[in-house]
Amino acid sequence: MSATLRETGENFSARYHGLAPRLPGPPDLRRRAADWFDRHGLPDTRDESWRFTSLRPLAGIVFSRAEDQDDTAPSLLARLPPTEAPLLVFTQGRMRADLSRFPAGGRAGISVASFANEPSFGNVPDSETEPLSALNTMLAEDGARIAVAPSADGGTLVLLHLASGNAEHPPAFHPRHQIRLGAGARLTLIEIALGTSIYLHNPLTEVVLAEQAELLHLRLQDESAAAFHLGSLHVALGPGSAYESVALVRGARLARSELTAAIVGEGARFALHAAQILGGEQLADITTVVRHLAPGASSRQSIRNVLTERAHGVFQGRIAVDRIAQKTDGYQMNKALLLSEEAQINSKPELEIFADDVKCSHGATVGALDPNQLFYLQSRGVPKAEARAILVAAFLGEMLEAIPHSWGRSVLEGAVQSWWKDRPV
Amino acid sequence: MALLEIRGLAAEVEGKPILRGVDLSLPEGEVHAIMGPNGSGKSTLAYVLAGREGYHVSAGSVRFDGEDLLAMDPEARAAAGLFLAFQYPVELPGVGNANFLRTALNAVRRARAEPEIDAMKFLKEARAALKRLSMSEEMLKRNVNVGFSGGEKKRNEIFQMALLRPRLAILDETDSGLDIDALKIVANGVNALRGEKFSALVITHYQRLLDHIVPDKVHVLSEGRIVRSGGPELALSLEESGYAGLVAEAAA
Amino acid sequence: MSAVAETIETVSAVTEGGYKWGFETEIETELAPKGLSEETIRLISARKNEPEWLLAWRLKAFAAWQSMTEPGWARVTHPAIDYQAIHYYAAPKKPAPRNLSEVDPELLRTYEKLGIPLSEQAALAGVEGSRVAVDAVFDSVSVATTFRKTLARAGVIFCPISEAVREHPELVRRYLGSVVPPGDNFFAALNSAVFTDGSFVFVPKGVRCPMELSTYFRINARSTGQFERTLIIAEDGAYVSYLEGCTAPMRDENQLHAAVVELVALNEAEIKYSTVQNWYPGDAEGRGGIFNFVTKRGACRGRKSKISWTQVETGSAITWKYPSCILQGAESVGAFYSVALTNNFQQADTGTKMLHLGPDTKSTIVSKGISAGRSNNTYRGLVRIMPRAARARNFTQCDSLLIGDRCGAHTVPYIESRNATARIEHEATTSKIAEDQLFYCRSRGLSEEDSVNLIVNGFCREVLKELPMEFAVEAQKLLALSLEGSVG
Repeated sequence: MSATLRETGENFSARYHGLAPRLPGPPDLRRRAADWFDRHGLPDTRDESWRFTSLRPLAGIVFSRAEDQDDTAPSLLARLPPTEAPLLVFTQGRMRADLSRFPAGGRAGISVASFANEPSFGNVPDSETEPLSALNTMLAEDGARIAVAPSADGGTLVLLHLASGNAEHPPAFHPRHQIRLGAGARLTLIEIALGTSIYLHNPLTEVVLAEQAELLHLRLQDESAAAFHLGSLHVALGPGSAYESVALVRGARLARSELTAAIVGEGARFALHAAQILGGEQLADITTVVRHLAPGASSRQSIRNVLTERAHGVFQGRIAVDRIAQKTDGYQMNKALLLSEEAQINSKPELEIFADDVKCSHGATVGALDPNQLFYLQSRGVPKAEARAILVAAFLGEMLEAIPHSWGRSVLEGAVQSWWKDRPV
Repeated sequence: MALLEIRGLAAEVEGKPILRGVDLSLPEGEVHAIMGPNGSGKSTLAYVLAGREGYHVSAGSVRFDGEDLLAMDPEARAAAGLFLAFQYPVELPGVGNANFLRTALNAVRRARAEPEIDAMKFLKEARAALKRLSMSEEMLKRNVNVGFSGGEKKRNEIFQMALLRPRLAILDETDSGLDIDALKIVANGVNALRGEKFSALVITHYQRLLDHIVPDKVHVLSEGRIVRSGGPELALSLEESGYAGLVAEAAA
Repeated sequence: MSAVAETIETVSAVTEGGYKWGFETEIETELAPKGLSEETIRLISARKNEPEWLLAWRLKAFAAWQSMTEPGWARVTHPAIDYQAIHYYAAPKKPAPRNLSEVDPELLRTYEKLGIPLSEQAALAGVEGSRVAVDAVFDSVSVATTFRKTLARAGVIFCPISEAVREHPELVRRYLGSVVPPGDNFFAALNSAVFTDGSFVFVPKGVRCPMELSTYFRINARSTGQFERTLIIAEDGAYVSYLEGCTAPMRDENQLHAAVVELVALNEAEIKYSTVQNWYPGDAEGRGGIFNFVTKRGACRGRKSKISWTQVETGSAITWKYPSCILQGAESVGAFYSVALTNNFQQADTGTKMLHLGPDTKSTIVSKGISAGRSNNTYRGLVRIMPRAARARNFTQCDSLLIGDRCGAHTVPYIESRNATARIEHEATTSKIAEDQLFYCRSRGLSEEDSVNLIVNGFCREVLKELPMEFAVEAQKLLALSLEGSVG
């Protein structure tokens, strides 16, 4: 079993060694990532941070380099409610100018480039020694490079990741995105991943917020039900900056969403509201590390899991407070609703604290729907199935209702509603 | 035939018999009170009629408008016109009161093959009902019962009843923990619905609610049986002599 | 055990510095040669006149241990332990006493100094009704066990495990290693190979043990390790409350303590296991101290059985300890109440595992960690609900308190549910002592140190109240002593 997972890893290494001279950008970091990957390969469950999430479903699959091809992008696009907002479209990890909608010559204060044309690996810590980041560093070929000038309001930008998979020759793509906000800049970034058939999407996104910058980051991961999503997001927060994210995970057969936040600026604010709604045989994992490296900052994480059928949810979250990060206010809550007998949840909320004048707490709850609440709704005439839907919606509602962007909210709410409609009760 | 016909009803909770053969007949348009000491089975009777899980009916039958009530799901009972005002109303965090009520109202209307009611019309009715009950519109914006005081929760039950217009309301100790003003609001809510098409079972431990909702009949429940039935004067005599005498009499 | 509390005061009055139990007893000791080999194991087994099956069991554990490596996942760091530089057997030279009057007077004085009454008269003269039977383990052997006759009349067996091996072989053979198998983990395997003494308790069907049972562990000899093994069995409907205490002399070297405790509770049985762990923690510069690597596990095998672990951990340079419950019987109940206080350079990585196998099982975890000085204090806990554990319930509360900005407090819970009808709630907080609380106390005339002690005791109250009363008093004073020097 592990032999075949090793083969899958070796196959990535081989691809790197074949492509190396033709890959864009400075070669050193790639080489280091490849050295590391050659030695370690894909992680298995003996690795503490992968103990709940087995990559075994990847074993034996030979992923090929994503080629440009006729794709299903238009039909995927049709799934979204209409919007006037600027749109950057990627298919199989490549930027598609023909499908994107971005004013020629750009807009005031915001600039967009591609990694393929202007390759830069940015400054992501451990990006050559963490499995998912190393895989990306080794094989990245394209990605978005978005920069908002100091004090500019970048408005709304939609980043669409579309994928046409292939059951015979599943493609793998490793886009590398970079989002930089200058001092006092603002942006609403809405990322949506959609796809068909089998593929591996391995994005790495770096977000850098300078002093007083504010990013609202809405994310919907709705990959194809047969696909694999192994993504990592790295956020660096400068003094007084604010990162606020609402993320919904509902797609992919196997998904891991890593988020590392480095709070390096005093008084920065970090907030993550994430939900995983899973059914069938899905396994989805949210793993976060929030490092408080400066005083007076706050972090809020609220994670919800709705699990039905044989779905398996994983949440690992660490708040790490450095010695100098006095007056840190850290909070994390992980709640799971198990709606079927065979659903399961693994949760590992961690606190790692080296400063004494801090307020940190975490909580976790796991349970089924409250029978008293169900009965109360039924006694008012609401049929059981609808009552369950109401309670599940309420469980997620707080997070969705608070989204301060109407189109973004409608996308995420729509994803929850359509998910529920597909479930036999 | 009466609207509600309970025959020889016996029920257990966790294997423990609570109701031991209740017979009761409630004709349409009447309000009956059920009184009795703590532990006599009053709340169990309410829950059995509303169809709560965990209450096992071991014998007897209940007919509601001629239908077998016990065979119905809780929501079907509500659609048929039965309403339980809970002794301890349940909190629903994240569920807005207005949304909850409209969903319930439309579910009931759908079941009765009536057209659904739109948001505007619903809001109008809800506001009118709130006004009648001297309650604040703020109520609609809040989550169902979350952060409500005891009195607010009970009034919210009456508000729901006013909107859903049941054929049979079961009030399970709705008076407990209410001050006199709140008590009057509850009583007015019930009295406003009284008429040929409305019946109620008022479950209470005390006489004082019955000063404001004068029942057509009073039944005394003790150890899972109706041991005495009579007119409103029975409640008054209970107030004076207590349950002890009655219960002893019944045992003799 | 108010005698214990008094002794603490007396001893603290005559000794200087933080640790009051650091004296050494001058007594002739027989030592096995340093190092671990089959030969050492054969020697230990021979000294204890063990039957052949137990020697074979030890050798098998040794073989397993040789193929294992020290676990590395705990948040503790220490210099490599040289397993060949340790004496695995140390015993007072005098022949084993047949009754209390034959116990070496030097040993009796040692336990007196520690506040442990080994004379039954002395114990009886204590607070009315607070009789405690004591098994005193000195280095590798049990030197005395009190109240054995009284207990025997009730049908309770309370004796050194080495004696139980000889006197009750069928019981030992049935239960030894049945909760913690010899190859369970690195330190449990080591213990299984070389364990020397420890207590054996058997409470037969329907018996409520008439008094608290207690074992007092003392490491004395230099360059020795202590590897005790305790086995407690409560048959159907039985009840027993068991306490353990531990101290060691102050030395510059690190000494290894690797114990195994196994508890078995059958139908409707209840075992309460309380620990006040006060091994030598090392000095203010982090020199010396006990490395405490302990495997404690209880099996709630029977329906409605109950096991509760209560621990107050103030000692040891390193604590690595996860008293656990396997909740197998339907409606069985597990509990873990812990106070872990670290100061100076101490490191503690402690917590519990609650494995819910049976339906309607319940567990409660209350953990209070206090970090001071340059210490690191980690709560590590697992709650696992298996598919058949319908309606299982767990509640976990873990709170950490930091005193000073050079220490660390960490919380690492693992929460796993595979049953939708189970309900798990977990809460954790980390904070420092609130300024307003401190100010309030001081404005009422308390010194800063007394204020901190008061607040820390309040912080730990939920756990301390689970201890038998006399132990709770001792534990409170111990917390105050362990915090010395951490304020100001």
